[in-house]
Amino acid sequence: MGIDRDTILKVSKLARLELKDEEIAEFSGQLSDILSYVEKINELDTDTVKPSDHIVDLKNVFRDDETGPSIKPEEIEKMAPQFEGGHIIVPKIIEGS
Amino acid sequence: MEYEPVIGLEVHVQLNTKTKIFCSCSTKFGSEPNSQTCPVCLGLPGVLPVLNREALKKGILAGMALNSRISQYSKFDRKNYFYPDLPKAYQISQFDKPICEGGYVEIEANNKKKKIGITRLHLEEDAGKSIHSEDPARNISYVDLNRTGVPLAEIVSEPDIRSGDEAYEYLQKIKSLMKYIEASDCNMEEGSLRCDVNISIRKKGASEFGEKVEIKNLNSFKAVRSAINYEIERQTRMIQYGNKIHQETRLWDADKNETYGMRSKEDAHDYRYFPDPDLAPVILDSAFIDEVKKELPELPDEKRERFIAQYNLPQYDAGVLTSIKQLAQYFESVVEKGADPKKASNWIMSELLGKIDDAEKIDAFPVTAEMLAGLLKLIKNNTISGKIAKKVFDEMIKTGKDAETIVEEKGLKQVTDTAEIGSMIDRVIENNPKSVEDYKNGTKKALGFLVGQVMKESKGKANPQMVNEILVKKLN
Repeated sequence: MGIDRDTILKVSKLARLELKDEEIAEFSGQLSDILSYVEKINELDTDTVKPSDHIVDLKNVFRDDETGPSIKPEEIEKMAPQFEGGHIIVPKIIEGS
Repeated sequence: MEYEPVIGLEVHVQLNTKTKIFCSCSTKFGSEPNSQTCPVCLGLPGVLPVLNREALKKGILAGMALNSRISQYSKFDRKNYFYPDLPKAYQISQFDKPICEGGYVEIEANNKKKKIGITRLHLEEDAGKSIHSEDPARNISYVDLNRTGVPLAEIVSEPDIRSGDEAYEYLQKIKSLMKYIEASDCNMEEGSLRCDVNISIRKKGASEFGEKVEIKNLNSFKAVRSAINYEIERQTRMIQYGNKIHQETRLWDADKNETYGMRSKEDAHDYRYFPDPDLAPVILDSAFIDEVKKELPELPDEKRERFIAQYNLPQYDAGVLTSIKQLAQYFESVVEKGADPKKASNWIMSELLGKIDDAEKIDAFPVTAEMLAGLLKLIKNNTISGKIAKKVFDEMIKTGKDAETIVEEKGLKQVTDTAEIGSMIDRVIENNPKSVEDYKNGTKKALGFLVGQVMKESKGKANPQMVNEILVKKLN
């Protein structure tokens, strides 16, 4: 299965990645290779294998509704590029505008 | 040509838990910004989210209240999009295997009962809160992540709603149900209930749908109703003038009372859902479901029907009393303490509800159920008239004293002594010869005036029925 230029452009836009022209060509080749590698799995006969909805073989892992410690705003301040009055500062983004 | 609107609602209710859905941070509202976060809800590398059992239970309980099927198998998925208040760049939600599917709620619209279908209810985490700076020199937003990871149930309705009023009734019903089962506080100001509207217009009776428009930024039930009414008119006019409706998201402007379009983003809705590998699927057996079902209380519809049957109340009264769980409990306590159900209901609806801001907080009202029953008893055994009772009631609210004490202290006992009433009547007849004359000449209105004068003479304490009888006797 080939990944064409349009698909690369769409995926990179969704991932907010800016790609140079040569990168588009490079990634289109790489992603196509990855997909064909994964496609190999289709060669297996899975008629007798139960379909799995999930990759882990676990179910119902719950926790009790009991409060535990949170981290201090000062710790977040260290992680955030900009921090002011207890808030993380980001460039203004208003949905849809 | 007649057109009809086709409306579906998406309601988010915050589930009432102590901690977030996948971590143990508190969900308390109004705390210092960014003080209730941890590596899990911040989406730091290497952390493991674990589902809060209480959030799951409340979600299932909510589904039961909506007559939904509880899924034996459900799972969590990642919904991928970028937004500053979403630190992981994905929201954990449920895509194709929600916890509840199907269901309905019954609403009353135009005096008719109508079922609004429920498509699904799924669990998800809330995002954070952004405050956009008003300062034009600073192109920034302030982000508070305390709300990130707070448990939500998203309730999606079928496109069964046909008017702003029906949408309003539907929301009231959802709110009433969620509060009854104590799954959510449904407080729109604190954001614990939010609603988006999907609306399209089609020729009346058509089976296919028109292009739908989504309306957001609705911060009250009234705003939902107004936005729908506005949108029905706008879309109908567009179609009548031969214009096409385009799929878009519009925002409600409460000041201008209109919706306006957001700039459209073509691939905004490519969320690339995939199962969250960090969260194990939820596989419920009937024992677990039965255990949750035990916590399901009597719901407003059942309670209303029971009130009609058991207390012989009119539909309307029963509806008002059962719309709020605490109010229904209060009414039943008043009756339990010996009051006549219809009298108790009348008093609660016409006197009490006007004096209390929030009927949910009736437990904190100075007049307890027992005290109201005491007041009603004094009316019933003719100790005080209904009119005096209103004064006593006000006094009870002010002082917290019971009715008997107030009546005693203020000397408000009804005068039922024939001789005493008789002498008051004599005085009134003497002082109002003109009205007595009018009455004798056939002006029946004059009697009412004279009764009023006697009541005034008695400072409202005379038994009005006795005044009436004795007065008529004396005049004839």
